[in-house]
Amino acid sequence: MDGIHDLGGKQGFGPVLRDDQPRAFQQRWEGAVFTMTRAARSCGALQNTDQFRHAVERIDPIAYLTHGYYGRWLGAVENLLVEAGVVSTAAINGRVAERGGDAEFLIAARPDPALGPIAAETEAGAARKSIRDPLFKVGARVRTAATPKPGHTRLPAYARNRSGRIRALHDTWVFPDSNAHGHGEAPTHLYTVEFSGEELWGEESEPSIVICLDLFEPYLCAVADGSSES
Amino acid sequence: MSEISQQALRAEALESLLVEKGLLSEADIDQTIEFYNERVGPMNGARVVARAWVDAGFRERLLTDATAAIAEFEFVGGEVQKLVVVENTDSVHNMVVCTLCSCYPWAVLGLPPKWYKDPAYRSRSVREPRAVLQEFGVELDPRTEVRVWDSSAEVRYMVLPQRPARSEGASEEALAALVSRDAMIGVAKL
Repeated sequence: MDGIHDLGGKQGFGPVLRDDQPRAFQQRWEGAVFTMTRAARSCGALQNTDQFRHAVERIDPIAYLTHGYYGRWLGAVENLLVEAGVVSTAAINGRVAERGGDAEFLIAARPDPALGPIAAETEAGAARKSIRDPLFKVGARVRTAATPKPGHTRLPAYARNRSGRIRALHDTWVFPDSNAHGHGEAPTHLYTVEFSGEELWGEESEPSIVICLDLFEPYLCAVADGSSES
Repeated sequence: MSEISQQALRAEALESLLVEKGLLSEADIDQTIEFYNERVGPMNGARVVARAWVDAGFRERLLTDATAAIAEFEFVGGEVQKLVVVENTDSVHNMVVCTLCSCYPWAVLGLPPKWYKDPAYRSRSVREPRAVLQEFGVELDPRTEVRVWDSSAEVRYMVLPQRPARSEGASEEALAALVSRDAMIGVAKL
């Protein structure tokens, strides 16, 4: 989906603010939200990491930019728990009101009533056994898919319809675009593809930069070597 | 009320519901916080880097198959399914980002700093990495290639920084103390 999460190359965010913090969690609620993702796993509301990432992508886009990392996770875990029927938005809102919370505060979660629990993983983790040979070898020239996809995908918009070179092969993994939606693991080969700055950003590119992305085979098609594409 | 406290309220509201349903306990939360605050962090990656500096055989194994190479450290909480370590040299400087979410090599670096997860770093690192590095105080020769690793799948990346000058003869432990988290993300030199 063309979501707010797809930030690569977006302009206008200003300098990186290096607010170094000594601990992983600055406040208790951040650790609580982190732990809730495990609770969501244990009750079946969350089945795999791709589903979780997509639940983050589906939160309110304004909240995505303003609520911080664990605010995004809170929206995602609430999406999943409500969609699975474990808790209701009304019950959460009721508790917030009891605690004196502001009813006007932007809620990050936007649970989709059409969604519910998905099938469990066949095994832990995302690496899978290879079922066939990879289509591409190291050094092969490839072009990425040109059009956006609905739902979850791991091809960032800035790298769509761009030509690059296979730098490394990483064997076979579940395909996030399918797995996030419970449409099957669809194991596929994964590659590191390198792109020149000029290919991605044109003449405005900084000199001598190379961007490496890990891309799944369905995002890629072969480009004949010796073509005019750079 | 500030946004943070409203978020804390909503998180606590959800927490109370999950506790009542028996899906979560205060002890679970306390253990998680203690674990990630105390036991997982960049001190793990620093040990890996220091060993690579003193042990050429290990360095070779690390750059060839980092997942296998770090197994000998027996880190806990390693949610890294495949680790790739990329080496900085006089001609190549590496840096790591995740533009789509905030993927980060937890097993060796712990949970990421706030700026790594914020829009500015995620948006700019792939488009103007040299400008970002300059803000972090990294001065590079214009001929040095900047190689940015956007962690878009389950492979996790860590940078092997160049060993600082005047560190000859230092023990592995003393060298580990010189290695910063930012150097292993690739936004600092040592």
